[in-house]
Amino acid sequence: MSADTILSFEEAMEKYDPVLGFEVHVELNTKTKMFSSAPNVFGDDPNTNVNEVDLGLPGVLPVVNKAAVESSIKIGLALNCKIAESCRFARKNYFYPDTPKNFQTSQYDEPIAYDGYLDIELEDGTVFRVEIERAHMEEDAGKLTHMGGAAGRIQGADYSLVDYNRAGVPLVEIVTKPIEGAGSRAPELAKAYVAAVREIVKNLGVSDARMERGNVRCDANVSLRPHGQERFGIRSETKNVNSLRAVEHAVRFEIQRHAAVLDSGQPVIQETRHWHEDTRTTTSGRAKSDADDYRYFPEPDLVPVVASREWVEELRATLPEPPAARRKRLQADWGYSDLEFRDVVNAGVMDSIEETVAAGASASAARKWWMGEIVGRAKTADVDPADLGVSPQTIVELNGLVEEGKINNKMASQVLDGVLAGEGTPAEIVEKRGLAVVSDDGPLLEAIDAALAAQPDVAEKIRGGKVQAIGAIVGGVMKATRGQADAGRVRELILEKLGVEG
Amino acid sequence: MAAINRDDVAHLARLAHIEMSAEELDRMAGELAVIVDSVKSVSEAAGEDVPATSHPIPLSNVFREDVVGHTFTAEQALSGAPDAAEDRFKVPAILDED
Repeated sequence: MSADTILSFEEAMEKYDPVLGFEVHVELNTKTKMFSSAPNVFGDDPNTNVNEVDLGLPGVLPVVNKAAVESSIKIGLALNCKIAESCRFARKNYFYPDTPKNFQTSQYDEPIAYDGYLDIELEDGTVFRVEIERAHMEEDAGKLTHMGGAAGRIQGADYSLVDYNRAGVPLVEIVTKPIEGAGSRAPELAKAYVAAVREIVKNLGVSDARMERGNVRCDANVSLRPHGQERFGIRSETKNVNSLRAVEHAVRFEIQRHAAVLDSGQPVIQETRHWHEDTRTTTSGRAKSDADDYRYFPEPDLVPVVASREWVEELRATLPEPPAARRKRLQADWGYSDLEFRDVVNAGVMDSIEETVAAGASASAARKWWMGEIVGRAKTADVDPADLGVSPQTIVELNGLVEEGKINNKMASQVLDGVLAGEGTPAEIVEKRGLAVVSDDGPLLEAIDAALAAQPDVAEKIRGGKVQAIGAIVGGVMKATRGQADAGRVRELILEKLGVEG
Repeated sequence: MAAINRDDVAHLARLAHIEMSAEELDRMAGELAVIVDSVKSVSEAAGEDVPATSHPIPLSNVFREDVVGHTFTAEQALSGAPDAAEDRFKVPAILDED
């Protein structure tokens, strides 16, 4: 297979205007499958989460999972869609061993949700509206493992093994309208769109939304047209791009590849492309052909789903605050700058800060702790900051000890070590480790006398008005008290002692 | 008479993975045309006041609560499989080397 010629992204953008489209499949986290009562569980032994319905045995009758319908309606509402008063299922007919029935039960002309939109905020704050064509209910297919041949790829495999545990898992497929006008921000928009969908379904609690497990999967459609041309170019569809980064890279690569094809005077072939994470390129799958003649027809074994307006409004009332609105609200409440807030979001500590503020810390103190000590430690330990084991209460207590002057920042860091080592609450650790700042002036005055006696020349300088020389004496005192003195208080006492104005 | 030609039948046969001889294709083209016409007569019977329907029984919202029911063991699931390996259905490779 020869490598595709590509143009630089910049040159592609100079010459062409990209149009995007996405199909995002979301696996619902219902307890059971879409049409059977077999469990919807990831990672179990092969072919153990199946029954006769999932295997498509003759004479079986599928029954719709009510919870899956409700989740689908919630997704539709969160995507600002209209919810169909009545909709039905359809059979999508094709022969492929991932589908034991030889058809996938899906929706065709009557999706449960349609005509929505999602406002996507890009990194610099630009808001881009993506129109949603439809969101429909369907079932997932089984998992094929290609054996023999080269590296588990389907090309050249000797045979394939099929596990139907995933067959029948409820899916919602979200389809956008063609996305025009993104220009050079198309790859960034692609990533941001899929991230937003993932965040929404996770926030709704209807999907585990783990891309690495295939809970959210993206097919990315890309086409190019010369600037100023109304008509869309011929598109390619890159299948199963399953990480946010990969979505961005795949769109970028396809733009570059299409541009090179068009530049050479050839038409783009309308086809499926496979994404390869290792080389960050796509390769040709199959050309669209009559294999895509799915002969949809209404599913005779299932009756229509009627979503009464009462039911829809009941479900709407259960929707959580949308993630984007929540972010806006929190930033305003906390008074963070755009940059500060973005850093907090990117570090994954927004929820933790919210909990810490709720537990009684100020927004600035919560940010200082999470973005400082905790993010640093989490990075070292290679875990998410929220999983480090520091509770919001710990932060509130620790911060309180510092603000009351009981411990200094350096000690606070040691106290945090103690908390993570399971030594107890911050107050207990201060006690046990003997970390309290020395605030009794008695021992300090002794240490100051000793330091002044040890450095008489410095003492003389200070007396003579060179107050900046005081650092050497403060340093001596801090050393003598093993860092447990309040440096500010030490300075005051030295000046007092020498009768010098600070 | 509905227009179902030999090519239509050959196309459908390919999609449905049905092997048909030249003679069968010819015969089926004629028979299918009659069948399509017969089905069409239903739409003549239905007046404007009859809504389109995909189901003969006027039912909707036949739902199941989201409660786990029975499952097969892998052995049971594979009991009718023509071939199996590693507790999975074994099927021929689908695509050839590109």
